[in-house]
Amino acid sequence: MSIDSQKKTNMQSALEFKSSTFSVPVLVLSSVDLILIEQQLQEKINLAPEFFRNSPVVLDLQEINKHGYDIDVTALTDIIRKAGLLPIGMRGGNIQQNKQALELLIPVYSIHSGSELAENKKQKKITPAPKQKADSDTSVITTTLITQPIRSGQRIYAEGDLVILAQVSAGSEIMAEGNIHVYNTLRGRAMAGVRGNTEARIFCFDLQAELISIAGNYKVSEDLDETVRNKPVQIYLQEQALIIKDIVQHN
Amino acid sequence: MARIIVVTSGKGGVGKTTTSAAIAMGLAKKGHKTAVIDFDVGLRNLDLIMGCERRVVYDFVNVINQEATLNQALIRDKNCNLLYILPASQTRDKDALSLEGVGRVLDELKKDFKYIVCDSPAGIEKGAHLAMYFADDAFVVTNPEVSSVRDSDRMLGILASKSRRAELSEEPIKEYLLLTRYSPDRVKLGEMLSVDDVQEILSLHLLGVIPESKSVLNASNSGTPVILDEKSDAGQAYADIVARYLGENRPHRFIDDKKGFFRNFFGGK
Ligand SMILES: Nc1ncnc2c1ncn2[C@@H]1O[C@H](COP(=O)(O)OP(=O)(O)OP(=O)(O)O)[C@@H](O)[C@H]1O
Ligand SMILES: [Mg+2]
Repeated sequence: MSIDSQKKTNMQSALEFKSSTFSVPVLVLSSVDLILIEQQLQEKINLAPEFFRNSPVVLDLQEINKHGYDIDVTALTDIIRKAGLLPIGMRGGNIQQNKQALELLIPVYSIHSGSELAENKKQKKITPAPKQKADSDTSVITTTLITQPIRSGQRIYAEGDLVILAQVSAGSEIMAEGNIHVYNTLRGRAMAGVRGNTEARIFCFDLQAELISIAGNYKVSEDLDETVRNKPVQIYLQEQALIIKDIVQHN
Repeated sequence: MARIIVVTSGKGGVGKTTTSAAIAMGLAKKGHKTAVIDFDVGLRNLDLIMGCERRVVYDFVNVINQEATLNQALIRDKNCNLLYILPASQTRDKDALSLEGVGRVLDELKKDFKYIVCDSPAGIEKGAHLAMYFADDAFVVTNPEVSSVRDSDRMLGILASKSRRAELSEEPIKEYLLLTRYSPDRVKLGEMLSVDDVQEILSLHLLGVIPESKSVLNASNSGTPVILDEKSDAGQAYADIVARYLGENRPHRFIDDKKGFFRNFFGGK
Protein backbone atom coordinates (compact mmCIF):
# COMPACT_ATOMS: atom_id res chain seq x y z
CA MET A 1 0.00 0.00 0.00
CA SER A 2 1.47 3.31 -0.94
CA ILE A 3 0.02 6.72 -1.20
CA ASP A 4 1.50 8.92 -3.87
CA SER A 5 2.05 12.44 -2.83
CA GLN A 6 0.25 14.99 -4.88
CA LYS A 7 2.09 16.67 -7.66
CA LYS A 8 0.38 19.13 -9.87
CA THR A 9 3.19 20.62 -11.95
CA ASN A 10 4.41 19.87 -15.43
CA MET A 11 7.97 19.87 -14.26
CA GLN A 12 9.72 16.58 -14.12
CA SER A 13 9.76 15.66 -10.48
CA ALA A 14 12.95 14.41 -8.92
CA LEU A 15 11.49 12.83 -5.87
CA GLU A 16 8.38 11.72 -4.19
CA PHE A 17 7.36 10.87 -0.67
CA LYS A 18 5.59 7.59 -0.40
CA SER A 19 4.16 5.87 2.55
CA SER A 20 4.75 2.17 2.85
CA THR A 21 5.09 -0.50 5.47
CA PHE A 22 8.08 -2.69 6.12
CA SER A 23 8.53 -5.57 8.37
CA VAL A 24 11.62 -5.09 10.47
CA PRO A 25 12.88 -7.34 13.22
CA VAL A 26 12.45 -5.90 16.69
CA LEU A 27 15.02 -6.73 19.33
CA VAL A 28 13.21 -6.84 22.65
CA LEU A 29 15.67 -6.55 25.50
CA SER A 30 14.89 -8.07 28.83
CA SER A 31 18.25 -7.65 30.51
CA VAL A 32 20.66 -4.75 30.99
CA ASP A 33 23.68 -7.05 31.26
CA LEU A 34 25.61 -5.96 28.18
CA ILE A 35 27.88 -9.00 28.22
CA LEU A 36 24.91 -11.33 28.35
CA ILE A 37 23.20 -9.40 25.55
CA GLU A 38 26.28 -9.56 23.36
CA GLN A 39 26.69 -13.26 23.96
CA GLN A 40 23.06 -14.23 23.32
CA LEU A 41 22.80 -11.96 20.31
CA GLN A 42 25.79 -13.68 18.77
CA GLU A 43 24.24 -17.08 19.43
CA LYS A 44 21.06 -16.01 17.64
CA ILE A 45 22.99 -14.61 14.71
CA ASN A 46 25.01 -17.77 14.37
CA LEU A 47 21.79 -19.63 13.64
CA ALA A 48 21.19 -17.63 10.47
CA PRO A 49 24.20 -15.44 9.72
CA GLU A 50 23.10 -14.62 6.19
CA PHE A 51 19.74 -13.41 7.34
CA PHE A 52 21.15 -11.13 10.00
CA ARG A 53 23.98 -9.64 7.96
CA ASN A 54 23.33 -5.89 7.72
CA SER A 55 19.75 -6.47 8.79
CA PRO A 56 17.92 -3.41 10.07
CA VAL A 57 16.64 -3.73 13.60
CA VAL A 58 14.44 -1.75 15.98
CA LEU A 59 15.46 -1.79 19.63
CA ASP A 60 12.71 -2.25 22.16
CA LEU A 61 13.50 -1.13 25.70
CA GLN A 62 10.05 -1.48 27.08
CA GLU A 63 10.65 -4.63 29.12
CA ILE A 64 13.69 -3.12 30.74
CA ASN A 65 11.98 0.13 31.60
CA LYS A 66 8.95 -1.68 32.93
CA HIS A 67 11.22 -3.08 35.59
CA GLY A 68 12.85 0.26 36.17
CA TYR A 69 16.31 -0.87 35.00
CA ASP A 70 18.48 1.46 33.00
CA ILE A 71 20.73 0.78 30.06
CA ASP A 72 23.43 2.73 28.29
CA VAL A 73 21.99 3.16 24.81
CA THR A 74 25.34 4.16 23.34
CA ALA A 75 27.06 1.02 24.59
CA LEU A 76 24.12 -1.09 23.52
CA THR A 77 24.18 0.36 20.02
CA ASP A 78 27.88 -0.41 19.79
CA ILE A 79 27.22 -4.06 20.55
CA ILE A 80 24.41 -4.27 18.01
CA ARG A 81 26.51 -2.64 15.29
CA LYS A 82 29.49 -4.86 16.10
CA ALA A 83 27.24 -7.88 15.63
CA GLY A 84 26.55 -6.68 12.10
CA LEU A 85 23.05 -5.35 12.64
CA LEU A 86 21.95 -1.83 11.74
CA PRO A 87 19.74 -0.16 14.34
CA ILE A 88 17.14 1.98 12.56
CA GLY A 89 14.97 2.84 15.49
CA MET A 90 14.21 2.53 19.15
CA ARG A 91 10.98 2.34 21.06
CA GLY A 92 9.86 2.04 24.63
CA GLY A 93 12.71 4.21 25.87
CA ASN A 94 12.57 6.84 28.60
CA ILE A 95 13.44 10.50 28.06
CA GLN A 96 17.13 10.00 28.77
CA GLN A 97 17.37 6.94 26.49
CA ASN A 98 15.47 8.67 23.71
CA LYS A 99 17.85 11.59 23.90
CA GLN A 100 20.82 9.25 23.67
CA ALA A 101 19.26 7.51 20.66
CA LEU A 102 18.68 10.75 18.81
CA GLU A 103 22.27 11.79 19.45
CA LEU A 104 23.28 8.56 17.73
CA LEU A 105 20.93 9.50 14.86
CA ILE A 106 18.61 6.64 15.72
CA PRO A 107 14.95 7.59 15.28
CA VAL A 108 12.70 7.16 18.28
CA TYR A 109 9.31 5.54 17.75
CA SER A 110 6.60 6.26 20.22
CA ILE A 111 4.36 3.29 19.71
CA HIS A 112 4.87 1.98 23.18
CA SER A 113 5.57 4.03 26.23
CA GLY A 114 6.36 7.70 26.06
CA SER A 115 3.39 8.26 23.83
CA GLU A 116 0.86 9.23 26.47
CA LEU A 117 0.57 12.65 24.99
CA ALA A 118 -0.28 11.46 21.54
CA GLU A 119 -2.64 8.88 22.98
CA ASN A 120 -4.58 11.47 24.90
CA LYS A 121 -4.86 13.76 21.95
CA LYS A 122 -6.20 10.93 19.83
CA GLN A 123 -8.71 10.05 22.50
CA LYS A 124 -10.01 13.55 22.74
CA LYS A 125 -10.87 13.56 19.10
CA ILE A 126 -12.91 10.41 19.11
CA THR A 127 -14.21 10.34 22.65
CA PRO A 128 -16.85 12.77 23.82
CA ALA A 129 -15.62 12.73 27.41
CA PRO A 130 -12.06 11.50 27.72
CA LYS A 131 -11.22 9.79 30.95
CA GLN A 132 -8.00 11.25 32.25
CA LYS A 133 -6.14 8.45 33.88
CA ALA A 134 -4.55 9.72 37.05
CA ASP A 135 -1.85 7.09 37.12
CA SER A 136 -0.94 7.31 33.46
CA ASP A 137 2.47 8.76 34.27
CA THR A 138 3.58 5.76 36.28
CA SER A 139 2.14 2.81 34.38
CA VAL A 140 3.44 1.98 30.94
CA ILE A 141 0.84 1.53 28.24
CA THR A 142 1.80 -1.40 26.07
CA THR A 143 0.54 -1.57 22.56
CA THR A 144 0.80 -4.46 20.16
CA LEU A 145 1.08 -3.28 16.58
CA ILE A 146 0.28 -5.66 13.72
CA THR A 147 0.77 -4.73 10.09
CA GLN A 148 0.05 -8.10 8.46
CA PRO A 149 -3.48 -9.37 7.72
CA ILE A 150 -4.99 -11.61 10.41
CA ARG A 151 -6.16 -14.65 8.50
CA SER A 152 -8.92 -17.13 9.17
CA GLY A 153 -7.89 -19.51 11.94
CA GLN A 154 -5.41 -17.12 13.56
CA ARG A 155 -5.74 -15.83 17.11
CA ILE A 156 -4.08 -12.74 18.49
CA TYR A 157 -3.91 -11.84 22.16
CA ALA A 158 -2.58 -8.51 23.42
CA GLU A 159 -2.00 -7.70 27.04
CA GLY A 160 -2.50 -4.00 26.42
CA ASP A 161 -3.95 -2.28 23.41
CA LEU A 162 -4.05 -3.92 20.03
CA VAL A 163 -3.54 -1.89 16.87
CA ILE A 164 -4.00 -3.62 13.53
CA LEU A 165 -3.29 -1.86 10.27
CA ALA A 166 -4.33 -4.71 7.96
CA GLN A 167 -7.60 -6.53 7.57
CA VAL A 168 -8.94 -9.01 10.08
CA SER A 169 -10.46 -11.94 8.21
CA ALA A 170 -13.61 -13.83 8.96
CA GLY A 171 -12.75 -16.89 11.02
CA SER A 172 -10.04 -15.14 13.02
CA GLU A 173 -10.07 -13.93 16.59
CA ILE A 174 -8.43 -10.85 18.08
CA MET A 175 -8.36 -10.21 21.80
CA ALA A 176 -6.98 -7.45 23.95
CA GLU A 177 -7.02 -6.61 27.62
CA GLY A 178 -7.20 -2.99 26.50
CA ASN A 179 -8.60 -1.32 23.39
CA ILE A 180 -8.68 -2.70 19.88
CA HIS A 181 -8.06 -0.50 16.85
CA VAL A 182 -8.48 -1.95 13.37
CA TYR A 183 -7.56 0.55 10.67
CA ASN A 184 -9.05 -1.68 8.01
CA THR A 185 -11.95 -4.09 7.60
CA LEU A 186 -12.93 -6.09 10.66
CA ARG A 187 -14.55 -9.37 9.64
CA GLY A 188 -13.47 -11.71 12.42
CA ARG A 189 -14.26 -11.82 16.15
CA ALA A 190 -12.99 -8.91 18.23
CA MET A 191 -12.92 -8.93 22.01
CA ALA A 192 -11.67 -5.94 23.96
CA GLY A 193 -11.26 -5.68 27.71
CA VAL A 194 -11.09 -9.45 27.97
CA ARG A 195 -9.98 -9.29 31.61
CA GLY A 196 -12.91 -7.21 32.61
CA ASN A 197 -11.92 -3.67 31.64
CA THR A 198 -15.30 -2.11 30.93
CA GLU A 199 -13.65 1.10 29.74
CA ALA A 200 -12.09 -0.68 26.76
CA ARG A 201 -13.28 0.19 23.30
CA ILE A 202 -13.15 -1.22 19.81
CA PHE A 203 -12.50 1.03 16.85
CA CYS A 204 -12.62 -0.11 13.26
CA PHE A 205 -12.75 1.35 9.77
CA ASP A 206 -15.29 -1.05 8.37
CA LEU A 207 -17.46 -3.13 10.66
CA GLN A 208 -18.34 -6.56 9.30
CA ALA A 209 -17.42 -8.50 12.42
CA GLU A 210 -18.69 -11.95 13.29
CA LEU A 211 -18.70 -11.01 16.94
CA ILE A 212 -17.76 -7.99 19.02
CA SER A 213 -17.34 -8.03 22.75
CA ILE A 214 -16.25 -5.68 25.51
CA ALA A 215 -15.55 -7.11 28.94
CA GLY A 216 -17.68 -10.12 28.09
CA ASN A 217 -20.69 -8.19 26.76
CA TYR A 218 -21.06 -9.30 23.20
CA LYS A 219 -23.06 -9.03 20.02
CA VAL A 220 -22.97 -11.47 17.15
CA SER A 221 -23.10 -10.48 13.53
CA GLU A 222 -26.83 -11.10 13.37
CA ASP A 223 -27.45 -8.52 16.09
CA LEU A 224 -25.59 -5.79 14.25
CA ASP A 225 -27.80 -3.06 12.97
CA GLU A 226 -27.62 -2.30 9.25
CA THR A 227 -26.95 1.34 10.06
CA VAL A 228 -23.54 0.52 11.56
CA ARG A 229 -22.48 -2.25 9.21
CA ASN A 230 -19.71 -1.47 6.71
CA LYS A 231 -18.98 1.78 8.53
CA PRO A 232 -16.16 3.23 10.58
CA VAL A 233 -17.40 2.80 14.12
CA GLN A 234 -16.40 2.79 17.73
CA ILE A 235 -17.87 0.36 20.19
CA TYR A 236 -18.05 0.92 23.94
CA LEU A 237 -19.99 -0.10 27.00
CA GLN A 238 -22.61 2.06 28.64
CA GLU A 239 -24.42 0.54 31.61
CA GLN A 240 -23.61 -2.95 30.35
CA ALA A 241 -25.01 -2.23 26.92
CA LEU A 242 -22.80 -2.27 23.85
CA ILE A 243 -23.03 1.03 22.04
CA ILE A 244 -21.96 1.11 18.41
CA LYS A 245 -21.48 4.56 17.00
CA ASP A 246 -20.22 6.16 13.87
CA ILE A 247 -16.66 7.18 14.56
CA VAL A 248 -17.41 10.54 13.01
CA GLN A 249 -19.60 12.46 15.42
CA HIS A 250 -22.49 14.29 13.82
CA ASN A 251 -24.46 16.01 16.49
CA MET B 1 19.08 -19.54 -7.23
CA ALA B 2 16.42 -22.20 -7.24
CA ARG B 3 12.91 -21.23 -6.17
CA ILE B 4 10.39 -23.50 -4.55
CA ILE B 5 6.78 -22.82 -5.48
CA VAL B 6 3.95 -24.42 -3.55
CA VAL B 7 0.56 -24.73 -5.21
CA THR B 8 -1.88 -24.80 -2.34
CA SER B 9 -5.47 -24.02 -1.38
CA GLY B 10 -6.78 -25.63 1.75
CA LYS B 11 -9.95 -26.75 0.00
CA GLY B 12 -9.93 -29.85 -2.19
CA GLY B 13 -10.73 -30.11 -5.87
CA VAL B 14 -10.13 -26.45 -6.74
CA GLY B 15 -7.49 -27.09 -9.41
CA LYS B 16 -4.14 -27.41 -7.61
CA THR B 17 -2.92 -30.38 -9.61
CA THR B 18 -4.16 -28.89 -12.88
CA THR B 19 -2.30 -25.69 -12.00
CA SER B 20 0.89 -27.45 -10.87
CA ALA B 21 1.11 -29.38 -14.13
CA ALA B 22 0.39 -26.29 -16.23
CA ILE B 23 2.81 -23.90 -14.60
CA ALA B 24 5.59 -26.47 -14.32
CA MET B 25 5.27 -27.09 -18.04
CA GLY B 26 5.05 -23.35 -18.70
CA LEU B 27 8.24 -22.62 -16.77
CA ALA B 28 10.10 -25.45 -18.49
CA LYS B 29 8.88 -24.27 -21.89
CA LYS B 30 10.34 -20.87 -21.10
CA GLY B 31 13.71 -22.56 -20.76
CA HIS B 32 13.91 -23.11 -17.00
CA LYS B 33 14.79 -26.52 -15.71
CA THR B 34 11.80 -27.43 -13.57
CA ALA B 35 10.75 -30.30 -11.33
CA VAL B 36 7.19 -30.89 -10.18
CA ILE B 37 6.56 -32.96 -7.07
CA ASP B 38 3.33 -34.69 -6.09
CA PHE B 39 2.84 -34.33 -2.32
CA ASP B 40 -0.53 -36.05 -2.41
CA VAL B 41 0.75 -39.34 -1.08
CA GLY B 42 -1.87 -42.06 -1.34
CA LEU B 43 -3.84 -40.41 -4.12
CA ARG B 44 -1.30 -39.89 -6.89
CA ASN B 45 -2.85 -37.66 -9.45
CA LEU B 46 -0.15 -35.55 -10.97
CA ASP B 47 1.37 -38.36 -13.04
CA LEU B 48 -2.02 -38.90 -14.70
CA ILE B 49 -2.33 -35.23 -15.63
CA MET B 50 1.26 -35.29 -16.89
CA GLY B 51 0.62 -38.51 -18.79
CA CYS B 52 3.52 -40.39 -17.26
CA GLU B 53 1.63 -42.79 -15.00
CA ARG B 54 2.87 -45.79 -16.92
CA ARG B 55 6.50 -44.91 -16.46
CA VAL B 56 6.53 -44.69 -12.67
CA VAL B 57 9.11 -47.00 -11.11
CA TYR B 58 10.13 -45.21 -7.93
CA ASP B 59 8.36 -42.41 -6.11
CA PHE B 60 8.87 -39.56 -3.66
CA VAL B 61 8.58 -41.83 -0.62
CA ASN B 62 11.23 -44.19 -2.01
CA VAL B 63 13.60 -41.27 -2.33
CA ILE B 64 12.86 -40.05 1.18
CA ASN B 65 13.44 -43.53 2.56
CA GLN B 66 16.62 -43.75 0.48
CA GLU B 67 15.36 -46.82 -1.32
CA ALA B 68 16.02 -45.03 -4.61
CA THR B 69 18.10 -42.08 -5.74
CA LEU B 70 16.51 -38.91 -6.95
CA ASN B 71 17.76 -39.58 -10.47
CA GLN B 72 16.11 -42.98 -10.47
CA ALA B 73 12.78 -41.58 -9.37
CA LEU B 74 12.58 -38.42 -11.51
CA ILE B 75 10.65 -38.95 -14.73
CA ARG B 76 11.53 -36.79 -17.69
CA ASP B 77 8.49 -35.31 -19.38
CA LYS B 78 7.65 -36.59 -22.84
CA ASN B 79 6.92 -33.11 -24.24
CA CYS B 80 9.67 -31.06 -22.71
CA ASN B 81 13.12 -32.24 -21.75
CA LEU B 82 13.60 -29.52 -19.15
CA LEU B 83 10.67 -30.82 -17.09
CA TYR B 84 10.85 -33.65 -14.57
CA ILE B 85 8.15 -35.24 -12.45
CA LEU B 86 8.58 -36.75 -9.01
CA PRO B 87 5.45 -38.86 -8.50
CA ALA B 88 3.74 -39.63 -5.21
CA SER B 89 3.38 -43.10 -3.81
CA GLN B 90 0.02 -44.73 -4.13
CA THR B 91 0.68 -47.45 -1.63
CA ARG B 92 1.81 -45.46 1.38
CA ASP B 93 0.01 -42.94 3.49
CA LYS B 94 1.04 -39.39 4.22
CA ASP B 95 2.93 -40.34 7.36
CA ALA B 96 5.62 -41.69 5.06
CA LEU B 97 6.76 -38.09 4.52
CA SER B 98 8.94 -36.44 7.13
CA LEU B 99 10.01 -32.82 7.41
CA GLU B 100 13.63 -33.80 7.49
CA GLY B 101 13.27 -36.15 4.51
CA VAL B 102 11.39 -33.60 2.41
CA GLY B 103 13.99 -30.98 3.25
CA ARG B 104 16.77 -33.28 2.12
CA VAL B 105 15.12 -34.06 -1.23
CA LEU B 106 14.37 -30.39 -1.89
CA ASP B 107 17.94 -29.41 -1.07
CA GLU B 108 19.20 -31.92 -3.56
CA LEU B 109 16.77 -30.73 -6.23
CA LYS B 110 17.78 -27.12 -5.65
CA LYS B 111 21.29 -27.89 -6.85
CA ASP B 112 20.07 -28.86 -10.26
CA PHE B 113 16.74 -27.15 -10.91
CA LYS B 114 15.63 -23.56 -11.33
CA TYR B 115 12.04 -24.09 -10.23
CA ILE B 116 10.58 -26.75 -7.99
CA VAL B 117 6.80 -26.89 -8.05
CA CYS B 118 5.13 -28.64 -5.11
CA ASP B 119 1.59 -29.88 -5.73
CA SER B 120 -0.01 -29.77 -2.30
CA PRO B 121 -2.73 -32.14 -1.13
CA ALA B 122 -5.98 -30.60 0.13
CA GLY B 123 -6.47 -29.76 3.78
CA ILE B 124 -4.20 -28.13 6.31
CA GLU B 125 -2.80 -31.29 7.81
CA LYS B 126 0.62 -32.84 7.57
CA GLY B 127 0.81 -33.31 3.80
CA ALA B 128 -0.18 -29.72 3.06
CA HIS B 129 2.16 -28.49 5.78
CA LEU B 130 5.13 -30.36 4.32
CA ALA B 131 4.34 -29.11 0.82
CA MET B 132 4.40 -25.47 1.88
CA TYR B 133 7.03 -25.56 4.64
CA PHE B 134 10.10 -24.95 2.48
CA ALA B 135 8.41 -22.72 -0.13
CA ASP B 136 9.69 -19.39 -1.41
CA ASP B 137 6.53 -18.59 -3.35
CA ALA B 138 2.95 -19.74 -2.87
CA PHE B 139 0.32 -19.94 -5.57
CA VAL B 140 -2.93 -19.91 -3.68
CA VAL B 141 -5.53 -21.56 -5.89
CA THR B 142 -9.02 -20.33 -5.14
CA ASN B 143 -12.44 -20.88 -6.69
CA PRO B 144 -14.87 -17.98 -6.67
CA GLU B 145 -17.02 -19.27 -3.85
CA VAL B 146 -17.15 -18.43 -0.18
CA SER B 147 -15.88 -21.71 1.28
CA SER B 148 -12.89 -21.84 -1.04
CA VAL B 149 -12.01 -18.23 -0.29
CA ARG B 150 -12.26 -18.91 3.43
CA ASP B 151 -9.97 -21.92 3.17
CA SER B 152 -7.46 -19.92 1.15
CA ASP B 153 -7.49 -17.26 3.83
CA ARG B 154 -6.79 -19.93 6.38
CA MET B 155 -3.93 -21.27 4.30
CA LEU B 156 -2.49 -17.77 3.99
CA GLY B 157 -2.42 -17.56 7.77
CA ILE B 158 -0.53 -20.84 7.90
CA LEU B 159 1.94 -19.71 5.23
CA ALA B 160 2.61 -16.58 7.27
CA SER B 161 3.13 -18.39 10.56
CA LYS B 162 4.12 -22.04 10.10
CA SER B 163 6.52 -22.01 7.18
CA ARG B 164 10.27 -22.30 7.43
CA ARG B 165 10.65 -18.67 6.44
CA ALA B 166 8.23 -17.66 9.19
CA GLU B 167 9.97 -19.78 11.78
CA LEU B 168 13.37 -18.34 10.91
CA SER B 169 11.90 -14.83 10.64
CA GLU B 170 13.17 -14.62 7.10
CA GLU B 171 11.47 -12.62 4.38
CA PRO B 172 7.97 -14.12 4.19
CA ILE B 173 6.75 -16.43 1.45
CA LYS B 174 5.58 -14.45 -1.59
CA GLU B 175 1.89 -15.09 -1.99
CA TYR B 176 -0.01 -14.99 -5.27
CA LEU B 177 -3.69 -15.44 -5.93
CA LEU B 178 -4.85 -17.70 -8.76
CA LEU B 179 -8.57 -17.58 -9.27
CA THR B 180 -9.60 -20.72 -11.13
CA ARG B 181 -12.78 -22.13 -12.63
CA TYR B 182 -14.00 -18.58 -13.12
CA SER B 183 -17.20 -18.10 -15.05
CA PRO B 184 -18.18 -14.47 -15.78
CA ASP B 185 -21.69 -15.52 -16.69
CA ARG B 186 -22.26 -17.11 -13.33
CA VAL B 187 -20.75 -14.08 -11.62
CA LYS B 188 -23.29 -11.93 -13.41
CA LEU B 189 -26.08 -14.19 -12.23
CA GLY B 190 -24.81 -13.77 -8.71
CA GLU B 191 -23.96 -17.46 -8.37
CA MET B 192 -20.25 -16.83 -7.96
CA LEU B 193 -18.06 -14.26 -6.30
CA SER B 194 -16.46 -11.76 -8.66
CA VAL B 195 -12.74 -11.09 -8.91
CA ASP B 196 -13.37 -7.90 -6.96
CA ASP B 197 -15.13 -9.75 -4.18
CA VAL B 198 -12.35 -12.28 -3.79
CA GLN B 199 -9.66 -9.60 -3.95
CA GLU B 200 -11.46 -7.60 -1.33
CA ILE B 201 -11.66 -10.52 1.07
CA LEU B 202 -8.15 -11.85 0.55
CA SER B 203 -6.29 -8.66 -0.39
CA LEU B 204 -3.68 -10.58 -2.29
CA HIS B 205 -1.73 -9.96 -5.48
CA LEU B 206 -3.71 -11.48 -8.35
CA LEU B 207 -1.48 -13.48 -10.66
CA GLY B 208 -4.29 -14.50 -12.96
CA VAL B 209 -7.78 -15.78 -13.56
CA ILE B 210 -8.35 -19.17 -15.20
CA PRO B 211 -11.78 -19.56 -16.74
CA GLU B 212 -13.94 -22.62 -16.28
CA SER B 213 -13.12 -24.52 -19.42
CA LYS B 214 -13.81 -27.85 -21.07
CA SER B 215 -10.25 -27.86 -22.32
CA VAL B 216 -9.09 -28.75 -18.78
CA LEU B 217 -10.96 -32.02 -18.82
CA ASN B 218 -9.81 -32.80 -22.36
CA ALA B 219 -6.23 -32.12 -21.37
CA SER B 220 -6.33 -34.33 -18.30
CA ASN B 221 -7.97 -37.12 -20.29
CA SER B 222 -5.15 -37.00 -22.82
CA GLY B 223 -2.43 -36.62 -20.18
CA THR B 224 -1.03 -33.31 -21.42
CA PRO B 225 -1.00 -30.19 -19.26
CA VAL B 226 -3.62 -27.74 -20.53
CA ILE B 227 -1.01 -25.04 -21.11
CA LEU B 228 0.10 -27.00 -24.20
CA ASP B 229 -3.35 -26.46 -25.67
CA GLU B 230 -2.41 -23.02 -26.92
CA LYS B 231 -5.75 -22.37 -28.53
CA SER B 232 -7.75 -22.95 -25.39
CA ASP B 233 -8.73 -20.14 -23.01
CA ALA B 234 -7.47 -22.02 -19.96
CA GLY B 235 -4.18 -22.78 -21.73
CA GLN B 236 -3.70 -19.10 -22.55
CA ALA B 237 -4.65 -18.07 -19.04
CA TYR B 238 -1.95 -20.33 -17.61
CA ALA B 239 0.57 -19.04 -20.16
CA ASP B 240 -0.22 -15.49 -18.98
CA ILE B 241 0.27 -16.54 -15.39
CA VAL B 242 3.68 -18.03 -16.06
CA ALA B 243 4.73 -14.92 -17.99
CA ARG B 244 3.54 -12.62 -15.21
CA TYR B 245 5.29 -14.69 -12.60
CA LEU B 246 8.49 -14.34 -14.60
CA GLY B 247 8.07 -10.58 -14.62
CA GLU B 248 6.23 -9.84 -17.84
CA ASN B 249 3.46 -7.28 -17.73
CA ARG B 250 0.35 -8.75 -19.29
CA PRO B 251 -3.16 -7.37 -18.94
CA HIS B 252 -5.67 -9.62 -17.22
CA ARG B 253 -8.07 -11.54 -19.43
CA PHE B 254 -11.06 -13.81 -19.01
CA ILE B 255 -12.68 -11.57 -16.43
CA ASP B 256 -15.28 -9.96 -18.67
CA ASP B 257 -16.31 -7.13 -16.38
CA LYS B 258 -12.99 -5.46 -16.98
CA LYS B 259 -14.10 -1.97 -16.12
CA GLY B 260 -15.15 -2.68 -12.59
CA PHE B 261 -12.09 -4.71 -11.99
CA PHE B 262 -9.57 -2.17 -13.19
CA ARG B 263 -11.22 0.61 -11.33
CA ASN B 264 -10.72 -1.31 -8.17
CA PHE B 265 -7.31 -2.55 -9.06
CA PHE B 266 -5.78 0.82 -9.67
CA GLY B 267 -7.94 3.24 -7.78
CA GLY B 268 -8.58 0.88 -4.92
CA LYS B 269 -7.79 1.53 -1.34
N1 LIG C 1 -10.32 -24.26 -15.12
C1 LIG C 1 -11.02 -25.41 -15.02
N2 LIG C 1 -12.11 -25.63 -15.79
C2 LIG C 1 -12.82 -26.77 -15.70
N3 LIG C 1 -12.51 -27.77 -14.87
C3 LIG C 1 -11.43 -27.64 -14.06
C4 LIG C 1 -10.64 -26.46 -14.10
N4 LIG C 1 -9.63 -26.60 -13.20
C5 LIG C 1 -9.79 -27.81 -12.64
N5 LIG C 1 -10.87 -28.45 -13.16
C6 LIG C 1 -11.38 -29.78 -12.79
O1 LIG C 1 -11.59 -29.82 -11.40
C7 LIG C 1 -11.27 -31.09 -10.89
C8 LIG C 1 -10.24 -30.93 -9.76
O2 LIG C 1 -9.03 -30.43 -10.32
P1 LIG C 1 -7.62 -30.78 -9.67
O3 LIG C 1 -7.42 -32.24 -9.55
O4 LIG C 1 -6.58 -30.00 -10.40
O5 LIG C 1 -7.86 -30.15 -8.24
P2 LIG C 1 -6.97 -30.34 -6.92
O6 LIG C 1 -7.10 -29.06 -6.20
O7 LIG C 1 -5.63 -30.81 -7.25
O8 LIG C 1 -7.77 -31.48 -6.17
P3 LIG C 1 -7.29 -32.27 -4.85
O9 LIG C 1 -7.56 -31.35 -3.71
O10 LIG C 1 -8.18 -33.47 -4.82
O11 LIG C 1 -5.84 -32.58 -5.03
C9 LIG C 1 -10.74 -31.90 -12.03
O12 LIG C 1 -11.76 -32.72 -12.50
C10 LIG C 1 -10.37 -30.87 -13.07
O13 LIG C 1 -10.50 -31.37 -14.38
MG1 LIG D 1 -4.51 -32.53 -6.49
